[in-house]
Amino acid sequence: MIIRKPADIKPSEITSKDAYLNRRSFMQGGLAASGTILSGSALSAVVPQDRRGKLTGIRESEYSTSEAPNSYDDITTYNNYYEFGTGKADPYRYSQEFEPHPWTIEVSGDAEKTGSFHLEDFVKPHTLEERIYRLRCVEAWSMIVPWVGIPLADVLKQFQPLASAKYVQFETLVDKGRMPGQRSRVLRWPYVEGLTIAEAMNPLPILAVGLYGEVLPNQNGAPIRLVVPWKYGFKSIKGIVKIKFTSRRPRTSWETSAPHEYGFYANVNPEVSHPRWSQARERRIGSGSGGFSSIFSNTKQETLKFNGYGEQVAHLYDGLNLRKNF
Amino acid sequence: MDHNRRIGFILKPFVFVLCLVPFAILVARVVNNDLGANPIEAMQDHFGEWGLRFILMMLAVTPLRKLTGRVWIARFRRMLGLFAFFYVAVHFIIWLWLDRELRLADIIEDIFERPFITIGMAALTLLIAMALTSTAAIRRRLGKAWQRLHNSIYLVGVLAVWHYWWQVKKDITEPLVYAIILSVLLGYRMWLRWQTSKTKQAS
Repeated sequence: MIIRKPADIKPSEITSKDAYLNRRSFMQGGLAASGTILSGSALSAVVPQDRRGKLTGIRESEYSTSEAPNSYDDITTYNNYYEFGTGKADPYRYSQEFEPHPWTIEVSGDAEKTGSFHLEDFVKPHTLEERIYRLRCVEAWSMIVPWVGIPLADVLKQFQPLASAKYVQFETLVDKGRMPGQRSRVLRWPYVEGLTIAEAMNPLPILAVGLYGEVLPNQNGAPIRLVVPWKYGFKSIKGIVKIKFTSRRPRTSWETSAPHEYGFYANVNPEVSHPRWSQARERRIGSGSGGFSSIFSNTKQETLKFNGYGEQVAHLYDGLNLRKNF
Repeated sequence: MDHNRRIGFILKPFVFVLCLVPFAILVARVVNNDLGANPIEAMQDHFGEWGLRFILMMLAVTPLRKLTGRVWIARFRRMLGLFAFFYVAVHFIIWLWLDRELRLADIIEDIFERPFITIGMAALTLLIAMALTSTAAIRRRLGKAWQRLHNSIYLVGVLAVWHYWWQVKKDITEPLVYAIILSVLLGYRMWLRWQTSKTKQAS
């Protein structure tokens, strides 16, 4: 398979020089520090346990967009994570007490190797990569997010999935005490998501453990979350505790709760409307938060099919009716 | 000047300023850049929610008047109704201008294909008709037709809550609270009507 570079972008969307230089300097700092980790420091250094701890040994990725990322504030105060409440600021407000360590991930189902793994063991064999991805929410807003993570495909291959593993299912932690949003029955818990094995083996999806070169904040899915950039945001499940290889298509949370509105595939597609709103355009978060005048100049932009990642993923859906399989 | 008129005269400017507070709060948030990551959505929600609250306040006038026996309360009905129209109109203009960006094709598609927007448009149309006929002179000229038209505020209440209910993604807690308040306000009127028909039959 030939992996092509992402499509060209408009000059106006290119990262400012300052932002770019900042990014370079933390990358270099990270590379310098990576030697110490590989020479066998404490496992916790792989994913530091202190909030906003710096991640080290991060490599750049050719899959990153050169569009300017959203601010740390935008990314960490405006998102959906129903485990902490249904308002956009609820995850930020109600996740600060959440303690994501120690963390275990249970791998089960149709694979040679299964079992429970500590987060550190899960992450350690892989090199952290920065992936600056577009994020398109099903609610017609979008952001650019500089995630740090490990390629999902590399992680899954280690467990040697069997030929019968047609899908990968993910589940979020259930803990009413620590996740106050779960006291409401707005969704059925645990939150369940899934990908076909072909989607999961594509090089784009990552398991993210960081943001802006630091530990992933609780509100964004700490300690480990999925990021699938060509699908609507709700596919990118947070706070993962279970991964299961299965021959059956997972019944995902949003599909279960409103099957006529949310499908299993949930590929970003401007041609297929949500029953209650159009998906043709999107509001880029952040471009309107520069004071009074920017609110009125903050125009929406065209949504791209597969969120602009068609070159990497369109072939996965050859022959599939995307209108029916929304 | 009788007692009721005097109360209305003193209280009216005060209530008028009070009704502008939600507007002032929003202006302050815009000026202080305090609308969060998605300011347009925040503005739209703020005005929509206050429009609904004013519709419900207007529907609360008659029950409050009957329960407290204070006739002067009715003097605020028109003001509350016009403020309901004001907040809903701003909500609509934000949608038209900042959300739909005046794209006519998108706007028409939304009105005809998205039921919650169809419902919102129906409520807005009724509110416009009521606002345009709200003066005392027009009221006199229209006679009974005026009362029929303005009785549609009950329908507007139902449509507004319904519009909100169908708009939320999944968490219906807030629309449910408004639906309960609306049911109480409309239920009280039905109970009242049932009571009067009973006394009429008895006499």
